[in-house]
Amino acid sequence: MDCNRVFVSKVKRLTIVFTLLIAFLSIKIDTFAQVDSAVVPVDSVVAESAHAASGEHGAEAGHGKEKFEPTKVIMEHIADSHMWHLWGHTSLPLPVILYTPAGLEVFSSAHFHHGEEDYKGTYNTYRLVEDHVKVIGANGQVDEATSVLDFSITKNVAAMFVAILVILIVFISVAGAYKKRVGKAPKGLQSLIEPIIVFVRDDIAKPNIGHKYNKFMPYLLTVFFFIWFNNLLGLVPIFPGGANVTGNIALTFVMALGTLIIVNINGNKYYWKHILLPDVPFWLWPLMVVVEVIGIISKPFALMVRLFANITAGHIIVLSLISLIFIFETLAIAPVSVAFVLFMDVLELLVAFLQAFIFTLLTALFIGMAVEEHH
Amino acid sequence: MELVTPSIGLVFWTSIAFICLLIILRKFAWKPILGAIHEREQSIDEALNKAELAKQEMARLTSQNQDLMQQARAERDEILKEAKTLKDSILNEAKKQAQVEGAKLIEKAKIEIENQKKAALAEVKDQVSTLSLEIAERVLRTQLDDKTKQEALVANLLKDVELN
Repeated sequence: MDCNRVFVSKVKRLTIVFTLLIAFLSIKIDTFAQVDSAVVPVDSVVAESAHAASGEHGAEAGHGKEKFEPTKVIMEHIADSHMWHLWGHTSLPLPVILYTPAGLEVFSSAHFHHGEEDYKGTYNTYRLVEDHVKVIGANGQVDEATSVLDFSITKNVAAMFVAILVILIVFISVAGAYKKRVGKAPKGLQSLIEPIIVFVRDDIAKPNIGHKYNKFMPYLLTVFFFIWFNNLLGLVPIFPGGANVTGNIALTFVMALGTLIIVNINGNKYYWKHILLPDVPFWLWPLMVVVEVIGIISKPFALMVRLFANITAGHIIVLSLISLIFIFETLAIAPVSVAFVLFMDVLELLVAFLQAFIFTLLTALFIGMAVEEHH
Repeated sequence: MELVTPSIGLVFWTSIAFICLLIILRKFAWKPILGAIHEREQSIDEALNKAELAKQEMARLTSQNQDLMQQARAERDEILKEAKTLKDSILNEAKKQAQVEGAKLIEKAKIEIENQKKAALAEVKDQVSTLSLEIAERVLRTQLDDKTKQEALVANLLKDVELN
């Protein structure tokens, strides 16, 4: 509970820093929006070099003289995609898996040619509209009536698989080291991982759950490292990383659902009595039961939104700072942008750990509340 | 709004992937790692406890040794002292005994000497009396050749007897 309080204050501090940064950014953007017209007839050489240096997200800006839209670029990154953008115009096509009323349909997203062409599958014709697969009716228009469930291996799914692969390699090799060096001091990767595992056990599980912590250790450790590794890989700007996996509401939804299930499956009679027969005067009883039942849902809901919002906010800020270069269409702002991005990336390293920690800590806290014996 | 709408595909794949990860890690990573850490902690605890016990045992042995040393030293002193007194007493006794013995011997010798002296004196007396008797006999013989002298002697003797 102690560390909980400490970290809540740290989170408050972080929130203040975020708010200040966002406020600073909005002021800057406002001032420059006013002089935008003056900046537009910019030296074409500078513009070209800026486009050349733009890398990943400069691709959109690189098409002739079309106006750079930071919101579109950022949202494209934050959202999921059916292909994994590598560099320039090169993308890694990902498999599209569709569950249609007629049957399962599997094909490569390369057939869409970046959404410029329709693909005629076994059962329907499909079109990519704003990175969503839509069914095209006989009249050549989008047929909203035919519903398809999209189980595609999207960019986020693929990035998650990469993270899982990394986690499996790291932890199975570490487990091997433990088997090989029984009773000896940890060495190498083992000595890097062990303090974190011991930290999760001694500072998260034990104080919050009590003596029954052992049963929940696998779940807590898996949640912690799964979130942390995904957060860290999300910070890597090049290919295997860069996806906004933990900043996607679907993933945080699943994680929070896991916590909801674990907590309520393990809830003992005191936990359920507290919810269904709260210790209040009878006329407050209907109200309290409703409040407590909402409480069951709201706790994991907060977990879901917290992780999603924190990671998405981090990605948005980093991308906004990079976008400044293209908004101003000058390289002069680049040092400022890079300095801020560096600062944000370092902060995001902290946030990556902090969010994994908070998610695990709160999960442990909820489990502890559900399995608490004395009343 | 799209940002906060979970897509079915990602929910599906995340659920499957996370559950698989949980199962695999639980079996192949967390169980051996947590077990090994727990075992190591226990063995460290045990070793520390044992070290503490050994330390206490050492301290106990040291103090015991010291006690033993002290005891031995005291015993040695005691023995030395005893020996000294014994020696003294033996010496004294021997001296005393020697004195007594000497005194006894001296006494004996004295008695012997006295006896011898007495015997010698008696012998001397005997011889003197014999000699004097002989001498007196001879003197008497020579002197009492004539009658007058005999009478004079008798008279003399009688005079002596009267005087006594």
